[in-house]
Amino acid sequence: MTRTPGPHPFGWSSLELDRRRLLKGALLGAAALSSGGLLTACGSDDSGSGGGGGEGGGVVSIGSNASDATPKAAYQAMFDQFTSDNADYTTKVNTVDHNTFQEQINNYLQGKPDDVFTWFAGNRMNFFAQQGLAGDISDVWEDVDMSEAFKKASTGEDGKQYFIPVYNYPWAVFYRPSLFEEKGYTVPKTLDEYKALGTQMKADGLTPIGFADKDGWPAMGTFDILNMRINGFEFHQNLLAGEEAWDSKEVKEVFSTWAELLPLHEENALGRTWQEAAQNLVAKKSGTYLLGSFLGQQFEEADREDLDFFPFPEVNPEHGTDSIDAPIDGFMMSAEPENEAGAKALLRFLATPAAQDIYLKSDPNNVGTANGVSTEGYNALQKKAAELIGSTDNIAQFLDRDTRPDFASPVVIPALQQFLQDPKDIDGVTKSLQQQAKSIFVD
Amino acid sequence: MSVATPPAVPAKTASAAPRRRGSRSFSPRDRRILILMAGVPLLLHVGLVWVPSLLSVVLSFTRWNGIGGLGTIEPVGLENYSQITTIYTPFWPAVQNNLLWLAVFLLIASPLGLLLAVLLDKEIRGSRFYQSALYLPVVLSLALVGFIWQLIYSPDQGLINNLFSSDVDWFGDQSINIWAVLVAASWRHVGYIMVLYLAGLKGVDMAQREAAKMDGATEVQTFRHVVFPALRPINVVVLVVTVIESLRAFDLVYVINRGRNGLELLSVLITNNIIGEASRIGFGSAIAVMLLVISLGFIVVYLAQTFRKDAA
Repeated sequence: MTRTPGPHPFGWSSLELDRRRLLKGALLGAAALSSGGLLTACGSDDSGSGGGGGEGGGVVSIGSNASDATPKAAYQAMFDQFTSDNADYTTKVNTVDHNTFQEQINNYLQGKPDDVFTWFAGNRMNFFAQQGLAGDISDVWEDVDMSEAFKKASTGEDGKQYFIPVYNYPWAVFYRPSLFEEKGYTVPKTLDEYKALGTQMKADGLTPIGFADKDGWPAMGTFDILNMRINGFEFHQNLLAGEEAWDSKEVKEVFSTWAELLPLHEENALGRTWQEAAQNLVAKKSGTYLLGSFLGQQFEEADREDLDFFPFPEVNPEHGTDSIDAPIDGFMMSAEPENEAGAKALLRFLATPAAQDIYLKSDPNNVGTANGVSTEGYNALQKKAAELIGSTDNIAQFLDRDTRPDFASPVVIPALQQFLQDPKDIDGVTKSLQQQAKSIFVD
Repeated sequence: MSVATPPAVPAKTASAAPRRRGSRSFSPRDRRILILMAGVPLLLHVGLVWVPSLLSVVLSFTRWNGIGGLGTIEPVGLENYSQITTIYTPFWPAVQNNLLWLAVFLLIASPLGLLLAVLLDKEIRGSRFYQSALYLPVVLSLALVGFIWQLIYSPDQGLINNLFSSDVDWFGDQSINIWAVLVAASWRHVGYIMVLYLAGLKGVDMAQREAAKMDGATEVQTFRHVVFPALRPINVVVLVVTVIESLRAFDLVYVINRGRNGLELLSVLITNNIIGEASRIGFGSAIAVMLLVISLGFIVVYLAQTFRKDAA
């Protein structure tokens, strides 16, 4: 009855036809797609193995987090040199906002990542290597001339290399020599001297120690250095690997030392960014400021002459000043690069002194990692930074690079901020840290 | 139906005739179109809303870092929930802040919007200018609102502290930063509510107001007994909008300090745990489920009341 063809004589048949055609089309399409997939899979395999033979060329895609003007231009200068040295290669750079790049790294690497991408050394690199999201570049390392420490920082837990260091920078206490000269201050060697200096600065109407922690991570630098000075490098690394307790008396001592220093720190740190705190150092409102040497970016060219630093003073004579944070930035290769030969050629180039010279010329706040980087072009601060890193026995990467990413940002940042808000409740903070560490360090 | 109609009658009249209820009255083509029209949105809705929601609920009972296949998902039972409520320190402050947000929007911002709407409805001089000025923040994205207020609140370089040479840490001090943020959020919310009420007030019958005046009612009495009751449909809309805006609040605090240090909100905790280098998908999902339950609570109360009214 409902099939009376009266009103719609062609309704059924045309629909039927459509459906058939559609199904057929879909099947054909699927077949085409899958065979296409197979074909391309074969193709990329071919180019991969062929690339190993030495022939190369084509486009190398690069994912970059260098969204600030200075490093962006510096990277571009390196890539340009690479393509002019190797005429058969071209590079395609995708620059993403620095923080966004880090937040999306997980999805990025599981999607269609670029052949080569910017990243950090240490556990932060190892994490993605372990998940199979980074490419093994041990063969590139056979041609790399860098110190053993850099090789170690580029090696994953499985003993293979996954990272090419390009530059690093020390965390130290920065100050303006002209201010020290004017007021007759001397560089402190021990914590007690530092405290005495701080008291003097306070009497002179200065903020002794600049401080900012609105973004959450800068306070990690203070925790790192105090822990390494008080308990040593070994303990610090074990703690960050989840092998020591956060509510131990060692960690509590770090917090209580910090609490004693807090009155010398710049107030209202939780509402201030490091850029603002750096400006206070520029304006000579703050006497000293513990930060990475990227602080120099906040200084005008002319003022940079009047910027110097000293390693954080000794606290425990047993450990002296034998450790610092000096994070390494560099590049990794994705797990399945489209142009593996090109990616490795580029990485090989980035590890050379020639490439790093180009970078450091454009961004003079860091020091190169390759043996043979020309230090002649370094400014006074770079020379000192290279010297400090070279003469320090133990180099840590930074809290959020040395520990699990799912612990650093979701747990440590709120805990440190809680401590800064209420420095008396050390037991509460350390207990909460330990409870959460126990729940996260399970696999 | 086609049996009842004479075969010679064209379809046109058949469809023009009043139809009985039930699917039998639909021609096959109608039915197909209906299925298509209702089915496609239904599929989209189920696929894009229900399936992901249910998957979130399932994921909330697992531990997973978002990398690798489904085999790497490890069931952990209620562990996420117990950890969130016991040792995850930002959780309770976040619940508290969400409720505070709701209270301030409901008790302060929305009534203020109503007040401004009533004032501007009086056609005072320059009312168009005030309308635009007050509505302007609504046009701006919350991220931009956050940026603007950072320039005002920044401790060293901000407007307030420089203007009054005060030394208040507006965004850093846990005891005041939520209030500072609520001022910024309300600044925007008031404009939104004001426009909704302005539209509603235009719909109130002038004759009723005049009648009230003739009867000797004061302005306040007129508003209370004549105008406000007439605004009831708008009130419902405003209530719903306010609840939704409070529970989904996110952008502002995320721009300011990623929702830490006194500015915790449930939405931010979900984001901080799920998005990022090493995601705690299961943990974040568990917080999301809790937010879902809270939202459902409001929706159920609202729906129950609406249905009761309909039934009455």
